[in-house]
Amino acid sequence: MVRQRIKDHIRESRIFNERAAIALAIVIIMIFVILARLVYLQIISHEHFTTLAEDNRVSIVPIPPTRGLIYDRNGTILAQNVPAFSLEIVPERVADMDQTIQALSEIIEISDDHIKRFKKQQRQKSAFRSIPLRTHLNEVEVARFAASRHLFPGVEIEARLVRDYPYSHLTAHVIGYVGRINVNELKKVDASNYSATHHIGKLGIEKFYEDQLHGTVGFKNIETNVMGRTIRTLEQRLPVPGDDLYLTIDIELQQAASKALGDHRGAAIAIDPRNGDVLAMVSQPSYDPNPFVVGIDSKSYRALQNDIDNPLFDRALRGQYPPGSTIKPLVGLAGLENGKASINESVFCPGWFSLKGDDHRYRDWKKEGHGVTSLEKAIVQSCDVYFYDLSLKLGIDAMSDYLAQFGLGQKTNIDLPGELAGILPSSHWKRQKKGLPWYTGETLISGIGQGYNLTTPLQLASATATLASRGLHSQPRIVKAIANSRNNEPQPVPLVQQERHHIASDENWEYTVNTMVRAVHSPRGTARTISHNIPFKIAGKTGTAQVFGIKQDEEYVKEDVAERLRDHALFIAFAPSDKPEIAIAVVVENGGSGGTVAAPVARKIIDQFFLSKSK
Amino acid sequence: MIKAKNNDYTQWGERRQSRMFTRGLHLDIPLLLAIIILSTVGLAILYSASGQSEAIIMRQLMRLGLAFAVMIVVAQIPPHHIQLWAPWAFGLGLGLLAAVLLIGDEGKGAQRWLDLGFFRFQPSEIMKLAVPVMVAWYLADNPTPPSLKNIFIACLLIIVPVLLIAKQPDLGTSILIASSGCFVLLLSGVRWKHVCIFMALIATSAPLLWFNLHAYQKARVMTFLNPENDPLGTGYHIIQSKIAIGSGGLYGKGWLNGSQSHLEFLPERTTDFIFSVFSEEFGFIGIICLLALYLFIVIRGLYIATQAQGTFTRLLGGSLILTFFVYTFVNIGMVSGLLPVVGLPLPLISYGGTSMVTMMAGFGLLMSIHTHRRLLSN
Repeated sequence: MVRQRIKDHIRESRIFNERAAIALAIVIIMIFVILARLVYLQIISHEHFTTLAEDNRVSIVPIPPTRGLIYDRNGTILAQNVPAFSLEIVPERVADMDQTIQALSEIIEISDDHIKRFKKQQRQKSAFRSIPLRTHLNEVEVARFAASRHLFPGVEIEARLVRDYPYSHLTAHVIGYVGRINVNELKKVDASNYSATHHIGKLGIEKFYEDQLHGTVGFKNIETNVMGRTIRTLEQRLPVPGDDLYLTIDIELQQAASKALGDHRGAAIAIDPRNGDVLAMVSQPSYDPNPFVVGIDSKSYRALQNDIDNPLFDRALRGQYPPGSTIKPLVGLAGLENGKASINESVFCPGWFSLKGDDHRYRDWKKEGHGVTSLEKAIVQSCDVYFYDLSLKLGIDAMSDYLAQFGLGQKTNIDLPGELAGILPSSHWKRQKKGLPWYTGETLISGIGQGYNLTTPLQLASATATLASRGLHSQPRIVKAIANSRNNEPQPVPLVQQERHHIASDENWEYTVNTMVRAVHSPRGTARTISHNIPFKIAGKTGTAQVFGIKQDEEYVKEDVAERLRDHALFIAFAPSDKPEIAIAVVVENGGSGGTVAAPVARKIIDQFFLSKSK
Repeated sequence: MIKAKNNDYTQWGERRQSRMFTRGLHLDIPLLLAIIILSTVGLAILYSASGQSEAIIMRQLMRLGLAFAVMIVVAQIPPHHIQLWAPWAFGLGLGLLAAVLLIGDEGKGAQRWLDLGFFRFQPSEIMKLAVPVMVAWYLADNPTPPSLKNIFIACLLIIVPVLLIAKQPDLGTSILIASSGCFVLLLSGVRWKHVCIFMALIATSAPLLWFNLHAYQKARVMTFLNPENDPLGTGYHIIQSKIAIGSGGLYGKGWLNGSQSHLEFLPERTTDFIFSVFSEEFGFIGIICLLALYLFIVIRGLYIATQAQGTFTRLLGGSLILTFFVYTFVNIGMVSGLLPVVGLPLPLISYGGTSMVTMMAGFGLLMSIHTHRRLLSN
């Protein structure tokens, strides 16, 4: 019994030691399994995990640059950045978006439009980016939200700089506006430079000078914890603010031009003929660009779109009107320079003109006719028959070639987007565009600025400036100087290009200018209404562009024609006539007569120009 | 003769005195030193993982103090006393487990705690010791290797408490307790043939087990199989933990410099995932040192078990130290993505009370087994 026990004891001990040895072996194997796993994690995949750890730790936060300011030529601010409070949501941090918006709408006014716009942006942006739901909160709303902000994780009040246009309607067509960036716009720009930017120039200068105005984005590398809360800033590169622009526009002159146009639809442009500076550019009616910055509500936008006066339409750049009689001084000059007209020759005007072998009567605006008419008289009194005759002598192509030198039918290449080119017809043009031969009758009506002719008010002003400077063509421009953050002094923008016309005789030019002076200052001049009380001479030419075609032998009676079918009234002018400092083109839609409606607008602009100059 | 003896005394006096001291306290110096070093490392890494919170360190120090006290107290109890109490302790543990299921407090969605008014504790902690003690007691009463009948009864002794704990549910603890019981069986010399049959049984019942798992337990297993599936939900722990470990590299980022843990990307970084913090800050080299310490403790424990003089102490000692290793292996395995996240702390390092006290009581048992040897043989 005792032997048995002892024997058992030794055997048990041996078995146990055996098993313990196996256990130890397994333990060591398992430790090696762990070590193998850690070799894989810490040595083989070390770099991979280091990258992941850095990604966890560091996030790059872009800092938006401040958009450049826009000043007029005298330093009056036209576009600025003002702080505004907006309610922003980081979608990632909101569990139930609809419920959150619903709850927010109980303390802050949120319309369906706001929600729609928010949802649209939500689809376009990554979930960790903050998206504005409402902008321009007032102080009461900010306070109300602050009191219950703990109920809204992921919702913040942000103070942002918002673009503001203090002159509102007055500068809307020139400056345009900025609006929220959309996907297509983001494709066209360097997306990383816009990573913190919410707005982009949509129209006008804001669009054309987007690159200069925007600036360069800055970055902040911040260390965050798991909640995304910032622990510290590791490094940062400050954003470079956008360049400030100094326009050629004189806001007082702009105001005067706008006031002079009054309730009329139309455009008025003033250019300094010496360098192409656009001093004033008004398209009326206009609109308030400020709601577009924060996102205009669809109802107001529809109202603007459906407005019969089309306030969103920039008539100065995109309005294409027949130049009418305003083209006559240029056609006359073409005749003189080409030797097809002479100062001393006259044409008899019976009130109509017809081609040989054709009984179609091309009518003069004056039914009884102007009688014996020289070039001077033809311009002063705007005789159509003289120019029917002259254009027939010139031929369409010679006339077209000459007028092309004044920039008609081409874009002026002003530094603004959206400009249209108008039409300067020629036989080549007609064949190409319409596939039809040119008819002689079309030459006649082209000679008085009707027919296919279309010009924008800006082209007209630019052509007038070229005439005023006696053949020195300066490309119109709207930005005079640019100031960037490196050199705070505004640096003048060099003149793009000045071309001198091929001139056969200076006398022809002086003669033509003189006929325009007489159109204003002689008692029978079509623009005599504006000649009073002025110490210098204005050179001008009225024009009337037909909207409503009238049939043969039918009288155009202003009162009988509905207001919107009345002729457009045009006027071009420059002053002083001998050393011009300002060239103007005015188009008044359905204004009727150039002399009585459009010319006074130009006069008011000229008055303001010389008034502020004398100050 | 007497003189000579006195000479012996003076000759060996000093060494004997220090031996007398530890003997008197029934402590095993190599084991004690390794435990102290490991818990010191644990405090250092906890200081870093807690974001240098002195309050947490103080609390952990108090727990460590309590745990060391428990260890010393347990070390004083001669193993044969424990052998005597084994059935009572086991019975009490079973009763408390049943009570938890009926009246237990819910903590973190699981019923594990028993509130005794002044004191809340987990009865499953008792079972961590009571199950191996009970199985060793049962097997030591009969000759080993155990007969099939004895194996069957031992299995029942294991399965009943394991099922009760799994029902709480506490998968990690029930696996630990099951393995501690199985270790006793394996060390007792159960024939390999029987082991194979047993394994086959488990394999066939695995699908049954799967359908009895709680949804969150299933999710853990699924997450383990593919953590990237749900990077912000259940897979988040493992992904972040692997990032922490992997970014530590060979040398680590240095103490207090782990970005994953300090920036709070790593969840439960003071408790279950503290190994990730260690790996991030001390790197592969640090891990080798840490594992060497653990291995030393395991080897020392196994040595103590082999030197034990009775079947009961041998089996108990072996089981306790192997369970300690399973703890370590499961924890490191789960944070490094080798095993599913079952929620076990890293022994002697993780922040937390009860399991540390139990662990140290286990070491107390080992020390008692070692230091009461001669007395037994006398």
